[in-house]
Amino acid sequence: MDISFVILVEMLYAIASLVLISAGLAVVFGMMKVINLAHGEFMMMGGYATITAVGLGVNVFVAMLVIAPLIVGLIGLVVERLVIRHLYGRLIDTMLATWGLSLMFIGLATMIFGNTTTGISTPIQGFSVGDYQVNGYNFFIIVMAILLVVLLYAVFKGTRAGLIARGTMQRSDMAAALGYSPDRIYMATFFCGSALSGLAGAILAPLVGLVPTSGGAYIAKAFITVIAGGPSLIAGLVSSAASFGFVSQVFTFAISPVIGEVALLVAAVILLRAMPQGITSRFFKGKL
Amino acid sequence: MSLKRREFLGGTAALTTAALMPTIAKASDSILLGSILDTSGNFDAYGKPMDQAMKLALAEINAGGGLLGREVEVKAYDTQSDMALYSQYANQLTRQDKVDVVHGGILSASREAIRQTMRRSETLYFYNVQYEGGVCDRNIFVTGVTPTQQVEVLVPYAMQKSGPKVHILAADYNYGQITARWIQKFVEDNGGEVVATDFFPLDVSDFGSTITKIQQTAPDLVVAPLVGGAHLSFFRQWAAAGMKDKIALASTTMGVGNEHKVLTPEEGNGIMVAYNYSQELDTPENKAFKEKWEAAYGDTSAIHELAVSTYQGILLWAEGVKKAGTTDRMPVIEALETGVSITGPAGNIAIDPQTHHATLDVHIMEIEDQGMKVVETLNQVAPVDTQAVCNLQENPDDNTQYEIEI
Repeated sequence: MDISFVILVEMLYAIASLVLISAGLAVVFGMMKVINLAHGEFMMMGGYATITAVGLGVNVFVAMLVIAPLIVGLIGLVVERLVIRHLYGRLIDTMLATWGLSLMFIGLATMIFGNTTTGISTPIQGFSVGDYQVNGYNFFIIVMAILLVVLLYAVFKGTRAGLIARGTMQRSDMAAALGYSPDRIYMATFFCGSALSGLAGAILAPLVGLVPTSGGAYIAKAFITVIAGGPSLIAGLVSSAASFGFVSQVFTFAISPVIGEVALLVAAVILLRAMPQGITSRFFKGKL
Repeated sequence: MSLKRREFLGGTAALTTAALMPTIAKASDSILLGSILDTSGNFDAYGKPMDQAMKLALAEINAGGGLLGREVEVKAYDTQSDMALYSQYANQLTRQDKVDVVHGGILSASREAIRQTMRRSETLYFYNVQYEGGVCDRNIFVTGVTPTQQVEVLVPYAMQKSGPKVHILAADYNYGQITARWIQKFVEDNGGEVVATDFFPLDVSDFGSTITKIQQTAPDLVVAPLVGGAHLSFFRQWAAAGMKDKIALASTTMGVGNEHKVLTPEEGNGIMVAYNYSQELDTPENKAFKEKWEAAYGDTSAIHELAVSTYQGILLWAEGVKKAGTTDRMPVIEALETGVSITGPAGNIAIDPQTHHATLDVHIMEIEDQGMKVVETLNQVAPVDTQAVCNLQENPDDNTQYEIEI
């Protein structure tokens, strides 16, 4: 009984961390069609922003939930103004440009923080379930992922700004004809996407040893999740994160963590072969 | 301005010769020591202090008038935690710099990447790192501890403090694989049982499911030969899950790169380790070493066992050169094979002529408030694992890394 609960928590945690890792990319790549190869580095910067802020005496939750997203969002804003806005609609070019950005960010982080492992400890205590101990921080990650999905849904579905953003992504000329500036809307959306990436990096920072090249560990998983998700932003994100998290954890518990990672990649290949346009091209059609 | 091809080539050739001149002139009157270490990248926590220790040892030798009346000069290369760079710089050191001795290599993979280059080019090679044991090659000297030297001492102590059921978590490459097998052997020899063994690639940093799995196997003791920055996450997540006070934890690698200083006291306290060196060793040699380090670099907190091994390795080599009266390879090897010994910061260390490994002191320690508290000391532990397979006196042309049958 206890063990099934613990495994359930681990599974939800795996899904939640995939949602967090991919949310920023879902906005930037899924919505705006910008292949952001620097996504992992945005997360890495979120981690460093948190650790630096905590080192300066800021409360760890404020650092993670406010400071890191703001800082990374602002960096994203600068990047959008200087580089990305000239490249909208040019898929391959953005790939090259953002890859260059990713190398630049790794270099900058190495210069500022040094090529050493840093980290902070988790702010939440573990607790026991029957005979088992659970990492309390896992619950925090699960709760944050749920809040994030609800928030995204509320913004895009419930607010006028969300409606305008979605409209602009579909037909920017129409949005412009209706009196909205696509340029501004793209800028704001990119800011949100970057801030989400920074938030993910910040929340995951206490679990790992952070180095300037940490971003590389996330980028593949993020792209796989978003691409397998398909055209719907939120339904795609949640459904593909759930499938991959489930598959990888089943194999992790049954065999080993290495096989779990392999299973995730195999699942992605099979899924994209069966549904080349992603999960939401067949299921949850027309959902947000 | 017009520049003809011929003039250009002539000019550059002259320039290159001019640039090379001073090096050649200098090389003839000073002894060259090659150093090849990861001072940046994933393994820099190991490599940087080793580099500092190497420079400290050389400064000391040169301050004492050098070796054989000649100054010792260093050619150091940073391999950036990239295995591909090892073979490149090994060729540079042996072919272009033509050094008299090479000290370096951190991971076993890096050692194996350059060992044959050293042997072929007849360049004496010192590997100053704890490793899985079994290398049998007359051209190499190893001054770090091997698994039996650690595990033979650590496992019985940890089992006696906790219990007979052991779960092993190891890094997935030769060091981890071989150490795991030694742990299994010594657990069984001491009447215990290994309930499970898990291996992790070096970039794994999420141990959540592993921690759940450990609780399913419910061991009395977890032994963790995990390596590198990503694996440090295990110790953090272990503490975050509240496991630290429930199941005892021992490691053969924790603290080698001073990892216990990155962890908070709550995360690190109580982890059992066994090493040749601890900063807390109360000997005059260690105090003197720490004072010298402080004078040179200010902060002594970075000193770790691999740094001390490097320092002792260079002093051993210097002893060999003094005894041989030359830096030529064979006379130095023969001099070292007489069982040269020194007393370094970690105690007495002697070359074992049969294996070219080191006989040294091993201390059982517990991590306490980001330091290592010495619990028990065993003097002059021999590298029995390598001795079981390697005898360079009977078989001097041997050139293998044996997988020791356990």
